[in-house]
Amino acid sequence: MSSPQPTVAPKPIDPRGPRFGAAITAVVLAVILILGPGLPALILLIIQAIAFGLGSVVGLAAQPYGLVYSRLVRPRLSPPSELEDPRPPRFAQTVGLIFAVAGLIGLVAQLPVLFYIAIGFALVAALLNSVFNYCLGCEVYLLGRRAFGRPLATRFVPANPS
Amino acid sequence: MTGFIVLAIAVAVSVAFGLYRLLTDGRIRGARRRDAGLRLGAQELGQELGSSATFVQFSSAVCAPCRTASRLLTDVVRDAPAVAHIEVDAETRLDLVEQLNITRTPTVVLLDQHGVVRHRIVGAPRKPDLLHALHQVLTSAAA
Repeated sequence: MSSPQPTVAPKPIDPRGPRFGAAITAVVLAVILILGPGLPALILLIIQAIAFGLGSVVGLAAQPYGLVYSRLVRPRLSPPSELEDPRPPRFAQTVGLIFAVAGLIGLVAQLPVLFYIAIGFALVAALLNSVFNYCLGCEVYLLGRRAFGRPLATRFVPANPS
Repeated sequence: MTGFIVLAIAVAVSVAFGLYRLLTDGRIRGARRRDAGLRLGAQELGQELGSSATFVQFSSAVCAPCRTASRLLTDVVRDAPAVAHIEVDAETRLDLVEQLNITRTPTVVLLDQHGVVRHRIVGAPRKPDLLHALHQVLTSAAA
């Protein structure tokens, strides 16, 4: 009944990677907000949505900002004090993707209110993640499950082969 | 201009919320009023309670601090054979989540020897607070 840990856990990751990525995301989203609705913001937001999409659908190893971290930043740092399960940050990528797509719809359909709200929320999430090491999955996930009663994990996070 | 305003609001909200969480996370709270008389047993939890106290930890797969909390509690109960640590997957036990009104993971609920809810800790717990709460439950049981 109460076996919380899946028998096969995915390969743990350096927790500083997702935080580094969230910092870049926050800067990109801030620039998008300042640019306001228009072609430059659209191009930047498409790039950001692709980054979220790769992190969410393919995995954190394919997330471009994560790649920048693992290729360029991590070799200059000392090894991480502890490793982390990749599923929580991957869930956060999925939430980011939802906001980015909502923002894109706002831009394309010329609904500036939708654009500003979606990007504003995404920016709050990215800032909390990078500055405070906030765990989005811990809060939103359970509320979502309670509200919808369906296992979001089976839709967004690949099921374990066990 | 609108972009700058939204940016400023987002930064303000993030800082306020982040600081609030930093201050309140992992703090011990006494049982809430609606917890009064709420009791859990081996039947609900699927595991035997500890003979003097039980930590019931609600976790989920998308929660990084749950791992840390789990290690910490394992450590706390290692030297206390009368105290149990039961980890519950919140997702598969939505019935318990609803009953206890758990809103986020990790949430740790501390039960006394009768399974009565005595304390709850929302967010990543800290060891001194856990030991303090446990001490309270154990001493009130002895009295």
